[in-house]
Amino acid sequence: MTDATLKQTALHDDHVALGGRLVPFGGFAMPVQYAGILKEHDAVRNRAGLFDLSHMGQFILEGENVAQWADGLTINAVETMKPLQARYNIFCNASGGAHDDVIFYKLDGRWLLVVNASNADKMWAHLNAHLGDSGVKLTSLHGKNALIAIQGPKALAMLQPHVDIDLNAVKYYFCSEATVYGKKAVLARTGYTGEDGFELFVDGADASEIWSALLNDHAAEGLEPCGLGARDVLRLEAGMPLYGHEMTEEITPVQAGLNWALKLAKPAFIGKEALAAQIEADAYARIVGLVMEGRAPAREGYKVFLGGRQVGEVRSGSMAPSCGGKNIATALVEKDAATLGTALEVEIRGARHAATVTAQPFYKRPK
Amino acid sequence: MSLPQHLSYSKDHEWVDLGDDGVATVGITDYAQNSLGDIVFVELPKVGTTVAQHSNVGVIESVKAVSDLFTPVAGVILEVNGKLDADSSILNREPYTDGWLFKVKDVSSDQLDTLLDAAAYEKLTAE
Repeated sequence: MTDATLKQTALHDDHVALGGRLVPFGGFAMPVQYAGILKEHDAVRNRAGLFDLSHMGQFILEGENVAQWADGLTINAVETMKPLQARYNIFCNASGGAHDDVIFYKLDGRWLLVVNASNADKMWAHLNAHLGDSGVKLTSLHGKNALIAIQGPKALAMLQPHVDIDLNAVKYYFCSEATVYGKKAVLARTGYTGEDGFELFVDGADASEIWSALLNDHAAEGLEPCGLGARDVLRLEAGMPLYGHEMTEEITPVQAGLNWALKLAKPAFIGKEALAAQIEADAYARIVGLVMEGRAPAREGYKVFLGGRQVGEVRSGSMAPSCGGKNIATALVEKDAATLGTALEVEIRGARHAATVTAQPFYKRPK
Repeated sequence: MSLPQHLSYSKDHEWVDLGDDGVATVGITDYAQNSLGDIVFVELPKVGTTVAQHSNVGVIESVKAVSDLFTPVAGVILEVNGKLDADSSILNREPYTDGWLFKVKDVSSDQLDTLLDAAAYEKLTAE
């Protein structure tokens, strides 16, 4: 199933050879699964999984004023970042809705900005439209550079023999310039699974060699190629928002429960007034976690009820292997339905199913 | 998994095993379970329901998706496989045996004439 209009990542032939099931995602043909979502999920939680995330947008930002410029466009602080630090951030519109959620990596002499695949074109236009006289130079590596993630409790031990730095010295949400199998890479201790692990930003020309070598060297220890299906379950269990679901151009970071990333002390940024007003009024619908009773999964768009009244809708849902196989979900609900412990109902094919408002994350890795 | 030769098949990827007593056992094929991926939930028709051939009688849900379930034969639902409620992964492991879905009674044998034999189904899934 190769659609000629879809772009292919540098690892396309590897996915085909591994029996990956390719689906359109963010303009690319991406593997949704290889051996199966549950098997891949198990690998990441107990051993390690290898992901191709080359569809994500990689932009390089250069110039003396990058941090100051980016602070005017984002809700979290950029200027306070330390060398080689990574930081989650969100670009908002003037109404406080989210253009995209991203990660900034402060490298030596330049910044790496990673945006969602589905938002890459929109974000490229947004950044360029706001360059003004900032002197910031933007370069897109989207589709040229590759991104390979190795995630799971054994990720560090598997990766260590093949890199020229001490991985234990790279703290969570920090990065380093290094080599992997002798190839240049930016190596970051970030991820989207709720497990420890690393993301390797490498040249597309080197990606297949690194990917194959890791699989060859560590398959016996349980390293599995993993697709976007497993990644979505892993991130939902770990309480991590997915753009287009928990956050959109309409659903603000405040509604998504991301106030920890909102720095209202910054002098000015797009969306600041709207977000401050939303917090002040405190009347907004908000994202909550739900744990369902019964075996029917809640899916995006299903209606949520409190008593007889519809109070919102499901935004993400899945069976959660790390939560005893229960069905979990996120829902956008009115304020009075959002208190922890509130008994709600989700309508599934005309029948109401019990659900309880539950704190996120649903899963936390053992320390 | 090799395709059982004695069953009849629908284009919707169900199999039918019709007994001499007019009771048909229905399931999904190995091709279907493999396409769906890990199955986590099955919603089956109520016993006693009269169903039309190729009508929607329930759903099968994998981790990622909800798929409609159709009946390849008309009749009255006699029994459903209660084991699937506790462990729907049986459908992935044993689609032609322990993973059967439901039984339909009062099934006329001429209905099978509109379905595919094993050779024709194999050809369909090879395309």
